[in-house]
Amino acid sequence: MDNISVKVHDLTVAYNKKPVLWDIDLEIPSGILMAVVGPNGAGKTTLIKAMLNLIKPLTGRALFWGEPYENNRKRIGYVPQRGSVDWDFPTSVLDVVTMGTYGKLGWFKRPGKKEKERAVEALNKVDMVSYANRQISQLSGGQQQRVFLARALVQDADLYFMDEPFQGVDAKTEKAIVKLLEELKKMGKTVLVVHHDLQTVTEYFDWVTLLNTVLIDYGPIHEVFTEENLKKTYRSTIDSFYKNNGKVI
Amino acid sequence: MGVRVIMINPQIEIQLIAIIVSVACVIPGVFLILRRMSMMSDAISHTILLGIVLAFFATHDLTSPLLIVGAALMGTLTVYLVEVMHNTKLISEDSSIGLIFPFLFSIGVILISIYAGNVHLDTDAVLLGEIAFAPFNRFVVRGKDIGPKALYVMGSILLLNIIYLFLFYKELKLTTFDEKLAAVLGFSPIFIHYSLMSMVSITAVGAFDSVGSILVIAFMAGPSASAYLITDDLKRMILLSIVIGILSAISGYWLSVLFDVSIAGSMAGMVGLIFFIVFIFVPDRGLLSIIKRRKKQKYKFANISFLMHIMNHENTDMEKSESSIDTIHNHLQWDRKFLNEILSLSIENKYIFVNENGIIKVTKEGKKFAGTNYCELVKRI
Repeated sequence: MDNISVKVHDLTVAYNKKPVLWDIDLEIPSGILMAVVGPNGAGKTTLIKAMLNLIKPLTGRALFWGEPYENNRKRIGYVPQRGSVDWDFPTSVLDVVTMGTYGKLGWFKRPGKKEKERAVEALNKVDMVSYANRQISQLSGGQQQRVFLARALVQDADLYFMDEPFQGVDAKTEKAIVKLLEELKKMGKTVLVVHHDLQTVTEYFDWVTLLNTVLIDYGPIHEVFTEENLKKTYRSTIDSFYKNNGKVI
Repeated sequence: MGVRVIMINPQIEIQLIAIIVSVACVIPGVFLILRRMSMMSDAISHTILLGIVLAFFATHDLTSPLLIVGAALMGTLTVYLVEVMHNTKLISEDSSIGLIFPFLFSIGVILISIYAGNVHLDTDAVLLGEIAFAPFNRFVVRGKDIGPKALYVMGSILLLNIIYLFLFYKELKLTTFDEKLAAVLGFSPIFIHYSLMSMVSITAVGAFDSVGSILVIAFMAGPSASAYLITDDLKRMILLSIVIGILSAISGYWLSVLFDVSIAGSMAGMVGLIFFIVFIFVPDRGLLSIIKRRKKQKYKFANISFLMHIMNHENTDMEKSESSIDTIHNHLQWDRKFLNEILSLSIENKYIFVNENGIIKVTKEGKKFAGTNYCELVKRI
């Protein structure tokens, strides 16, 4: 079972009447770097959230190493969108990164010296050690992203979900993330990244999922990342509506 | 053997009760502020009245501990109803608080006025409370007076708050900062949310009898809001809020003695006063430093623009009109006073000099200053 990390089966998510994800079937092999690509509102973030049980799907489910999510929490790392938290929260960089260890600690247990050391180690990997005691409100966007990545590294997971880590970051951070992705791949980890920049997909990733409410295609980049598939993914929704209904709006 | 009364100065008792109430309120209050939910304490501290009334109808006993349970349940129900309304996406969160809270509160008020007219349950006492009477309500065990009841009730509630904070500190911090990560890591944000709201309800109901709702709201929001402006560290924020809470309680008490006014009122007033002092004077984030910083930026930017203007017209045909000390204000559209300020600032820094024809010239230092700052500004865009 271990050569497939995630199996998504018949996953549909709908907000009220409108489906955001429609009957997604997806298998993610272990040890790959996969980009999830699609236009705005294609359901990329929703896909991750539904897989992680943050949103209740209408149908279907995701299995991790053949088991439900709850049984494998500790093997899964998550990097939410940077803008999803309040960066004015009164805490330090080291403290935020240490939060990544909470999952393994469980309820009630406090992080100790060992957890702090691991947090410093992770900060080192994203080149942020000198900021350990800095207040998080003083960070730039790229630095915030690197802190989030360090926090995920501390989780020491086998499978990572990253929601738009490249969004609005500086060149230095972009390089740091790419280096990190390569390291994770070398260690045999599986990484799923919601990605916006089509130009860098082939450079940074080896697998790709093309999504626009429905799953257009997924697989190794050289097979799937074709012009035809991209056209299908990015055609305007009005266009598809027109085709689906066979009449002019 | 009669009732033995241990005489403790009622003044000390009142202050002690106020201090305990303030610390008990501050602990959940810190997280309410960080979760941007301080309005919820306002709602809860009122709707618990309905819970108390309903529990009283069930038990017919004003001293029954079930009253606290009823109040806590009503507080939780308030939070739940607000969320249900807000989740329909038809109503914003603050409007749903504004709808649910008067609705439940008014039912409580109506029930009191119909059925409980002759019981010690009146709306004035709930809103304003009367901490001055707290020492009269004694706790008597086997004929022995061991102090005012409020001291024991609030002391237990404070202890409960401290235990809750110690047990769930890590979880409170995580769910408040990043709810989604908390959920992914297996810490139920819903459990933390509702347990915190229960703590707010229990604290509010304990305090309502001795100090009234207004003071509960003030202690829950004010000290934490002040501390949030002062510090960047959660533990320090909690400690500082406690200190500010205690300070407001004691100073408020003596202010009320001095002017012979409502104790709860002057304590709540002190909470507000301390907040405004912090809000205005705290370094970096305070109003004064923001105004100062803006003014400094305005002058710096004006100075750069002024130098750029002169440099742009340097050695051109228009220089005489554009950069002459007598006519430059027409071109910059600045009033005389502001121009003079910028002029003297520039001369002071040796950025400019005025030549024998009355034309302003930029010095080497001025060119360097304008150049480097201009580059920096452009880079930021």
